[in-house]
Amino acid sequence: MTAVSTPTRPAPPSTTRIAASRVGLELRLFFRDRQKVAFSFAYPVVMLVIFAAILGGDERPGDVPFTQYFLAGIAATGIMLVSFQAVGTAIAEERETGQLERLQLLGTPPAAYFAGKAGQVLVTTAAQLALLLPVARYAYDVPMPVDVAHWLTFLWVAALGSLAGTVLGIAVSALRGSASSVSTGIAALALVLQFFSGVFFGFLELPGWMQQAAALFPLKWLTQGMRSAFLPEQAGAFEIAGGWEHGRTALVLAAWVIIGVMVCVRTFRWRRGEG
Amino acid sequence: MTTTELAPLAVGSGTDPAAVTVRGLVKRYGDRAVLDGLDLEVRRGECFALLGPNGAGKTTTIEILEGVRPRDGGEVRVLGEDPAVAGRGWRDRIGVVTQGEGAGPALSVRETLDHFAGYHAMARPTGELLAAVGLDGSAGVRVERLSGGQRRRLAVALGVQGRPELLFLDEPTTGMDPVARRQFWELIRELRADGTTILLTTHYLDEAAELADRVGVIADGRLADVAPPDELGAALRRESTVSWLEAGVRRRVRTEAPAAVLRDLLAVHAEVPGLTVTRPGLEDVYLQLVGATPTTAAEGDLR
Repeated sequence: MTAVSTPTRPAPPSTTRIAASRVGLELRLFFRDRQKVAFSFAYPVVMLVIFAAILGGDERPGDVPFTQYFLAGIAATGIMLVSFQAVGTAIAEERETGQLERLQLLGTPPAAYFAGKAGQVLVTTAAQLALLLPVARYAYDVPMPVDVAHWLTFLWVAALGSLAGTVLGIAVSALRGSASSVSTGIAALALVLQFFSGVFFGFLELPGWMQQAAALFPLKWLTQGMRSAFLPEQAGAFEIAGGWEHGRTALVLAAWVIIGVMVCVRTFRWRRGEG
Repeated sequence: MTTTELAPLAVGSGTDPAAVTVRGLVKRYGDRAVLDGLDLEVRRGECFALLGPNGAGKTTTIEILEGVRPRDGGEVRVLGEDPAVAGRGWRDRIGVVTQGEGAGPALSVRETLDHFAGYHAMARPTGELLAAVGLDGSAGVRVERLSGGQRRRLAVALGVQGRPELLFLDEPTTGMDPVARRQFWELIRELRADGTTILLTTHYLDEAAELADRVGVIADGRLADVAPPDELGAALRRESTVSWLEAGVRRRVRTEAPAAVLRDLLAVHAEVPGLTVTRPGLEDVYLQLVGATPTTAAEGDLR
């Protein structure tokens, strides 16, 4: 008889190690999906070209050329696209194809799975902005953030915004229904949020109830934060609060990330239906 | 060599003699009780096959044991812990062969195995796994381009990657061609010979007879019978069927005393054409246990 003395098994790899390996995996999978890559990177640039062609001559309050105002909005909406929309859709698909079931059976900590998504989103966001900003600068003469302080604002707003978008994506992936119906719902929600959050129109021109609804979601704050980085200081006077509200922006976005992660870790579903 | 491969059960070896203990397991979907007081014990080192018709609760049982589905009642211990609350250390000791894909369709077989190796405390080397499931020729192929049979092999490789003490297989050979099935059986025998406890569900009785040390039949949410494959349904097996042709019409008699029936037959007829005496096989027993055959009344009774 072969005595199968159970050797004392070492503990499974830590959450951090699995998270790191998941970031690598997510990036590899993302860059192998040519359609997704092309769409993520081309969308903001195409939108910039279209809106500049139509409304390029307009001005926004505070003598801000339309393209400059719009760059902030389109940078924000691009971030929502690669975070909220892409993550929500991807999770719904992974759940449907049984990939999440495998992760559950392996005892994967939800936090490690979320970290993989967040890491991929941060890298994708950086690449997307690195493509969009030069186009805006050299094809449309849009001024870049004026000094180091404004660049820093741009960086923290972009990073917090993409993390908040990731959390929102994880949350909405829990919607009931097939992966394709969830994707449709997510796309619709993204579109509505874009209009509510003043991406395409000046936020001030929106009705009050729309402004209040938008204030609950990250995109409004992300867009406002981007304006504070790209627009001249005096344009802040035309914001709804009469200033850029950096503190509140950071607070809302960070709250989305922290509270969102805490809620999602507890409520995350690995499979459709029960369990 | 072949004799040691199927060595007798190591009952009572190790700290806990049972790999799986289930008492009075209940699971309801709405008003319908899929499992209604199921008892089950799987010993360490054995290969146990759960048989039952579709919807009998095989998959539900397995999923409760894997800790991915909550139960509504009863006691469950798997490797000494309650699956409903067991942690990651416990998960690493069980292996599951799922129907799902790997980590993503765009990854190659090797990349998939390399990635998941990082989730286990003691992962088998990728090369060893590829050879064991016969995928070494397809290591560089993307998962999306694999055939159905190759996907099943990848699923098996992922299931045993963490050197599990207990391996769950839910209808593992469904959709495999006969050659692939034989190869798969060989793999299961090797794992069992290494001391891995195996719990599988299957539709195929030949598979259960081939692989399992013991077979359990689920019917109406309970375990209808448990025994080694050739002893299942002992009471049912006592009845033999004596059959012969009488004026060109086949007659059948079911009896616990076939010799007496034969004596009576021979006393009446000089020659009995087409005479056979058959004992029920695994399939007959199974069908009766799950209530799928109305016990065909004897067409003729001599006494």
